[in-house]
Amino acid sequence: MRFGIVTFPGSNGDHDALMAVRLGLGQPAELVWHTETDLSNYDCIVIPGGFSYGDYLRAGAIARFAPVMQAVAREAEAGKPVLGICNGFQILTEAHLLPGALLRNASLEFVCDWVWVRVEQTRTPWTSQLAPGTLLRLPIAHGEGRYYVDEKTLAELERAGQIVFRYVDAKGNATPEANPNGSVANIAGVCNVRGNVVGLMPHPERAFDRLIGGDDGLQILASVLAVGLEVVRGRGGH
Amino acid sequence: MPVTPELLREVALTEDEYRRAVELLGREPNLVELGMIGALWSEHCGYKHSRPLLRRLPTSGPQVVQGPGENAGAVDLGDGLVVVLKIESHNHPSAVEPFQGAATGVGGIVRDIFAMGARPIALADSLRFGPLEESRQQYLFHGVVGGIGWYGNCLGIPTVAGDVFFMPEYRQNPLVNAMCVGIAERSALVRARASGPGNLVVLVGADTGRDGIHGAAFASVEDPERSHRGVVQVGNPFLEKLLLEACLEVLQTGAVVAMQDLGAAGLTSASAELAARGGTGIELDVAAVPRRETGMTPYEVMLSESQERMLLVVRPEGLERVLEIFRHWELHAVVIGRVTDDGMLRVLDAGNPVAELPVRLLTEACPTYIREAYESEAIRARRAFDPDTLPDLSANDVLRALLALLRSPNIASRRPIYRTYDHTILTNTVLPPGQGDAAVLRVKGHRFGIALKTDCNPRYCLLEPRLGAQHAVAEATRNVSCVGAEPLAITDCLNFGNPERPEVYYQLVQAIEGMAEACTVLGVPVVSGNVSLYNETEGRSIPPTPVVGVVGKLSDVHRHVGLGFAGEGKVFLLGPQSATLGASEYLAQLHGIVAGAPPNLDLELERRVQALIREAIQRGIALAAHDCSEGGLLVALAESCIVGGIGGRFRVDELVAVNGRLDRTLFGEAGSRIVVQVAPGAEGAVLTLAHAYGVPVCELGHTGGDRFIVEGIVDCTLDDLAAVWRDGLRGE
Repeated sequence: MRFGIVTFPGSNGDHDALMAVRLGLGQPAELVWHTETDLSNYDCIVIPGGFSYGDYLRAGAIARFAPVMQAVAREAEAGKPVLGICNGFQILTEAHLLPGALLRNASLEFVCDWVWVRVEQTRTPWTSQLAPGTLLRLPIAHGEGRYYVDEKTLAELERAGQIVFRYVDAKGNATPEANPNGSVANIAGVCNVRGNVVGLMPHPERAFDRLIGGDDGLQILASVLAVGLEVVRGRGGH
Repeated sequence: MPVTPELLREVALTEDEYRRAVELLGREPNLVELGMIGALWSEHCGYKHSRPLLRRLPTSGPQVVQGPGENAGAVDLGDGLVVVLKIESHNHPSAVEPFQGAATGVGGIVRDIFAMGARPIALADSLRFGPLEESRQQYLFHGVVGGIGWYGNCLGIPTVAGDVFFMPEYRQNPLVNAMCVGIAERSALVRARASGPGNLVVLVGADTGRDGIHGAAFASVEDPERSHRGVVQVGNPFLEKLLLEACLEVLQTGAVVAMQDLGAAGLTSASAELAARGGTGIELDVAAVPRRETGMTPYEVMLSESQERMLLVVRPEGLERVLEIFRHWELHAVVIGRVTDDGMLRVLDAGNPVAELPVRLLTEACPTYIREAYESEAIRARRAFDPDTLPDLSANDVLRALLALLRSPNIASRRPIYRTYDHTILTNTVLPPGQGDAAVLRVKGHRFGIALKTDCNPRYCLLEPRLGAQHAVAEATRNVSCVGAEPLAITDCLNFGNPERPEVYYQLVQAIEGMAEACTVLGVPVVSGNVSLYNETEGRSIPPTPVVGVVGKLSDVHRHVGLGFAGEGKVFLLGPQSATLGASEYLAQLHGIVAGAPPNLDLELERRVQALIREAIQRGIALAAHDCSEGGLLVALAESCIVGGIGGRFRVDELVAVNGRLDRTLFGEAGSRIVVQVAPGAEGAVLTLAHAYGVPVCELGHTGGDRFIVEGIVDCTLDDLAAVWRDGLRGE
């Protein structure tokens, strides 16, 4: 399954995503420069973390205008799995491919730590192989990760099954103490209505090896391989 | 041109130095030339006071691939790889504008590393402030930490280690020393030597503005607060990220002969250094330099310290490929000159000559000074203080003292700092900050790993600079050994006051001597470094602060240990059993006294203790190891319990018998001491090993439960200790 990983000027998680897919999953992956206009070669797309365009103006606000984002929107529309991580999540919300917005952390400080998240939704290609309620331990590293939607939208997201991950404590409870940035309803990740586009603030691509603190991130990245299998079967199984 | 005292002051030259320049040049320099000479003959660029002393430091060894003199040092790792390391100060800018001062310090040190052709993989920072309870110090502390995080996080280089110390003497002169470590293929290392006359000089990165003019001179004067703010630069980490990626990519073309970062004294320093190392000359035309402001004079262009710029020497036939790569990364890159064979640094403005100086005059001919040195009487008197004249602690007061030390900003958890630094990016961080005495990183695709740490106890250095500098080397290397790594090399940052004062020059001489002795015995060469003098305000100097950054190698990265006790097991003390209260954190916190003689250091014993702990870790005998430093034995035990999340029961009667006093036993400090938790069943092995290495060893007790107990002295819950330790740095 071919992963396309988009690099904007200022992306810095692109290489980590590449390593996670190649070393952790053993799958082919390539970096795609932000001027690219055709992503049809890839079976899934990752928008990695970093500080695209220096996060000037607002995190993700400039990247959404990059030529590659039209291609991302087209592939998302066609149902291809898209994963936005951290700054990639911010870009997808700015591009209106995902609902909500990411504000400065409630602490007003950048926060780097390991957190627990609970899988809330398994209808997405990025969680399809996980049991609902699975706890994953993942790194976070962001200054603008406070997920925000108004109450009405929150209710819609709940109803439509668009909340994919929540920050929880080690026992799986979504407590205020377990919420590292003040996100509404402890939301760590969401998906679009269709479920193929997922964004999350934690970094699954930084958790692909126990030597570096954990490999729970692989469970997210590996889920999408099931989609790859279907694609391959659909093509006649070669 | 009339040379007035005001003009000489502006360019920071003495009248004697001016006369020397005229004599060497055979004529009076013009204004542009005068500014260029002043910048390169500043303490910051020319190392006027430190150069003769630095020759004392050992810089060679079988592992050394590149010693001092280049943008950074390099040491062999095996498998065809080298580790590149360098530390640099950004003290003066950080005193005036802490956020940007610290941020641009990170930017500068990262450029030094990729200028060598190495990919930066980790950052560490050594910081010093005045007392944290003062609001001005809070402002400096938050500004500096914020600036480091902002720049490093955006660049995507993890900040994994460092040290921080608070002491009233740093009130007006905080210290910000940034260290960067990179990895390169040994065969692909780049040297900053302009060779091949006819090769082109290419400037890439940010446009040049008026920021930072005279920054080099500014860093060489006292009292940064009174100087003007225009000399502090503003950083752009986004641009630096592009520059980093583009520079590493252009090196793959084979068309780049040399690369040099533009730091202090901007184009002047970068071009002079390139030409000096290459034994060539350089001709530049300032009209070709892209500007961000109009009306800039050649003088301003040559001395601007605008950040995020690099100077490259490129073979003409490869120029188009190099420019194409920079265009891809959306960077401005222009040819501004060429390498010549006449040994001159020639500056043109649209073809008209504006300056022409021999490269050697700017570099090698920089005057050096050997000053009068004697020890301050006041410090000698303070060192003579005998802590035994103070009443001993009663057992009832031990817990109160322990809590006071755990909440001291010099000891408390560093989590409030490192939580704001991205330390997981690049997916190499094996032992993150707070988990071990040093950080451990893997190198993907290789069995080995590296460890890094910075250290310097300024209280020891204040009271006895030679011994204090030895301790700095010993503690930094010990910390690296405590995670299982063999120290490979040192990068040092020598922070001192005004060397023209004999008391300060004495400290500088003594500290370098002490470092040299420790490095020699421990077998760890100094491969790069930086000197920052004139850290003083109104005649009050900082304590001598020779910060030591160490990189070590683990032959198998899986074989490492943290500082937190890991489950149940017996705990031993390796190293000297007697300690001293002189210069201790205990005296400072509990008695408000900074006096007495710092602990002795037996460097031979230090070497053996470090070898012992490395072997114990390699063989799986040690499950946890923690250096006993500020706060002494009881603080080290408490920290290992807190970080490991497990209590323990310890006894110290044997040690009390040796030390004679409870306070000295529990909170006294000493070098060469490590608290180690031993794997169940390996207790005999650790004793055998200690005897083989000739290292004293003493059983302290065992871990387990959720209480922290020292028999007959302390009995409290682990949470009681953890709560104060966690909040100490928050400054409430």
